[in-house]
Amino acid sequence: MLEPAPQTSPPRLELRGVTKHYPGVIANNNVDLIVYPGEIHAVLGENGAGKSTLMKVIYGLVHPDRGEIRWNGQPVRIASPAVARRLGIGMVFQHFALFESLTVAENIALALTEAPPAALLAARIRELSERYGLPLTPEQPVYQLSVGERQRVEIVRCLLQSPRLLILDEPTSVLTPQAVDHLFTTLRQLAAEGVSLLYISHKLEEIRTLCHGATVLRGGRVTGHCLPSEESADSLARLMIGDELPACRLIPHPVGRTPRLVLDGLNQPADGPFGTDLQDIQLTIHSGEIVGVAGASGNGQRELLAALSGEAPTPSLEMVRLLDEPIGHLDPAARRARGMAFVPEERLGRGAVPALSLADNALLTAARRGLVRRGLVRRSRVLRYTCDIIERFRVKCHGATAPARSLSGGNLQKFIVGREIAQEPQVMVVAQPTWGVDVSSAALVRERLMELRNRGVALLVISEDLDELFEISDRIVVLAGGRLSPARSATATDAAEIGRWMGGGFCNELGYVAA
Amino acid sequence: MWRLEARPAPSRRARWLAPLAALALTIVLGALLFAALGQPPGRALAVFFLRPLQNGYGVGEWLLKATPLMLCGLGLALGFRANVWNIGAEGQLILGAVAAGGLAIAFEGSDSALLLPAMMVAGILGGMAWAAIPALLRTSCQTNEILTSLMLAYVAPLLLAWLVNGPWRDPDGFNFPQSIQFGEAALLTPLFDGTRLTAIFPLALGLALAAWLFQHHSYLGFQMNVAGHSAAAARYAGFSADRTVWMALLIGGGCAGLAGFAEVAGPLGQLLPNVSPGYGFAAIVVAFVGRLHPVGVVLASLLMSLLYLGGEAAQMELDLPAAITGLFQGALLFALLACDTFVNYRLRWRRQS
Repeated sequence: MLEPAPQTSPPRLELRGVTKHYPGVIANNNVDLIVYPGEIHAVLGENGAGKSTLMKVIYGLVHPDRGEIRWNGQPVRIASPAVARRLGIGMVFQHFALFESLTVAENIALALTEAPPAALLAARIRELSERYGLPLTPEQPVYQLSVGERQRVEIVRCLLQSPRLLILDEPTSVLTPQAVDHLFTTLRQLAAEGVSLLYISHKLEEIRTLCHGATVLRGGRVTGHCLPSEESADSLARLMIGDELPACRLIPHPVGRTPRLVLDGLNQPADGPFGTDLQDIQLTIHSGEIVGVAGASGNGQRELLAALSGEAPTPSLEMVRLLDEPIGHLDPAARRARGMAFVPEERLGRGAVPALSLADNALLTAARRGLVRRGLVRRSRVLRYTCDIIERFRVKCHGATAPARSLSGGNLQKFIVGREIAQEPQVMVVAQPTWGVDVSSAALVRERLMELRNRGVALLVISEDLDELFEISDRIVVLAGGRLSPARSATATDAAEIGRWMGGGFCNELGYVAA
Repeated sequence: MWRLEARPAPSRRARWLAPLAALALTIVLGALLFAALGQPPGRALAVFFLRPLQNGYGVGEWLLKATPLMLCGLGLALGFRANVWNIGAEGQLILGAVAAGGLAIAFEGSDSALLLPAMMVAGILGGMAWAAIPALLRTSCQTNEILTSLMLAYVAPLLLAWLVNGPWRDPDGFNFPQSIQFGEAALLTPLFDGTRLTAIFPLALGLALAAWLFQHHSYLGFQMNVAGHSAAAARYAGFSADRTVWMALLIGGGCAGLAGFAEVAGPLGQLLPNVSPGYGFAAIVVAFVGRLHPVGVVLASLLMSLLYLGGEAAQMELDLPAAITGLFQGALLFALLACDTFVNYRLRWRRQS
């Protein structure tokens, strides 16, 4: 049960009337926020509600136009992250600020004001990462890490600095259920030691079980304070978006199912010395079904996606078959031409080019849709195609010429998913469809994926969000340690079994047999 | 208090106004510079910018000097847009001159009509070959092409110096480090009597048009742009990042090599240790002043060429040092970078809180 937050001492952090203007938008409007020592305080809000800006103000990355900040009762000016760290504020970012070419230990050393000798630091990283269930190899270069592993680096980096206030931006979105429990134990322990935590998450259930208090933001303003334990997930969501969550349920449908995509004994070598070898993956995806791939990042997800999309060559071309034809040798463009579509995990930099316009980003994968003739781009068609996607998927943006990086995560994801769906694929592979995406965009994306399934498309969804997989999958498989579990009908299994399998349990429970 | 704040989106208007503002700022800086040197600014600026264009010969010289800048600038802009940073156009130009000049020397006395076209092809291939080295190193060893192309730009003049001091030195040249004068069949004829302007200038204008088509309307140009911005996005879409590097460097090298041919088969008529007064490096400024856009590059190369001629006029009439050209080039680039700030930022007045 929740401990009542101790409220006798002065607040650890107090914000009064914090206001921050950006050109054309007020990110924070007169925001008040109070966090007591030992309190786990949630900041709730959709993408664009102003949570990130508020956290950046507290961490000294953004200077407010107006407003007062008090730290342990004293007014302070947090001029830079260095000042924030000196005060004892740590932050786990949602978008990780890591140097790709450096190792885990080197990245962490860079963030410390006085880094201990390398060997000692590596030992402390190992110790912390084991204690908190965040396995890391200190010597591993960061470019080889998956999103989930990168987040572990961020968390461990903050914990090394023994913070008094820890800001966590969506910390659990990439963890297994067991690891989430583990992390929560840690966070509660930190809180019991007197550390304050500011917790940003879209997972309302988590906030209810973890947080002592919550501040809800909408459109840059505080719209309410509440005690999460006394609210339901639905009532929290209402506070946040103003109305009920759109309901999504799969309806069984009678369409005859034929195999579309077959993985036949797929062995894919790891994409780096610390990657995961895929071993003997057997999976058939039929028309009109969504197969969900559960599992934590770094268990072969990257390799599976690369093998499916054609970004990595497959050892034998028979290992991947589309509509009964081997395609293991084809590059991504050729696979698209045969009716596949892909939504990658990284939106900016892979799924879309940040600096280019949405129109150019539509052309990125949709050239076949009559957008190119005799080597020349047909501009007006590209614009029409782009505007069509923007309209159909309710992408909020400044039109087809807006650069991709100007869109919020949710809107960019709607655009990318829309672009792929508009190509009328036979088979669609989607990785982390709603990671870091606001609630209403996530609902729309899931809805569109289910529509696609109902039209007879075969979908493979790789996700770390179990709730999502249970909501939209016909069958669920687990990828753990480079092996794929047998497929289970989503109605015939539960989170406990899948969670066990995510630890590799299916090998022992079933003896390992090819699915 | 005036504050500089980020614009929500880059301003298109500021993008086109910035080079004009930079030009105005350069002229103001130039006037101050002349005043500091004790020259009446008005007259000095007139000598610098107007004197060179007073007659047909002057205009011919202006366009003649703009040609290599335009050629190099077009090739570089294409690469820069694809995020391939070829800094070594100077070396590629010299290799183009060496290859074309080598052919002229080998076929001394020939009067074949094929010699000139062959020299042109040799020049282009020479530039491409020099640019192929950084391309190969980048695609096979992940080296940084900025460093390798720049290093090779310093190797090329040494190769040329060795050739004109050694094997290719004119035996009747009183020991000067230069080759023989090329024969009639190895020289471009001037377009107009009384000028030295050759057919390479209209050819460069045609290439600008081709570059514009390629950059803005071809799917291949789009793919290069994407691959330049993000290798992962290009892989995801099925574009080849290596092909982008190769194409950018080969096109850049080929254009520079063509410029090298145009110099030795045009105004120079022989191989000299200094076939280029830094055209390859000045073309980097040309590419940026021209916004990496072919039309911009054409205009920027004309401006840059005028700075060269103005510098010469200032040396002769005002007795100023040759460094004046470099100062103007530097001032122009500096002013442009300053004005470019306003593409992404704007000034806003706000009361102090």
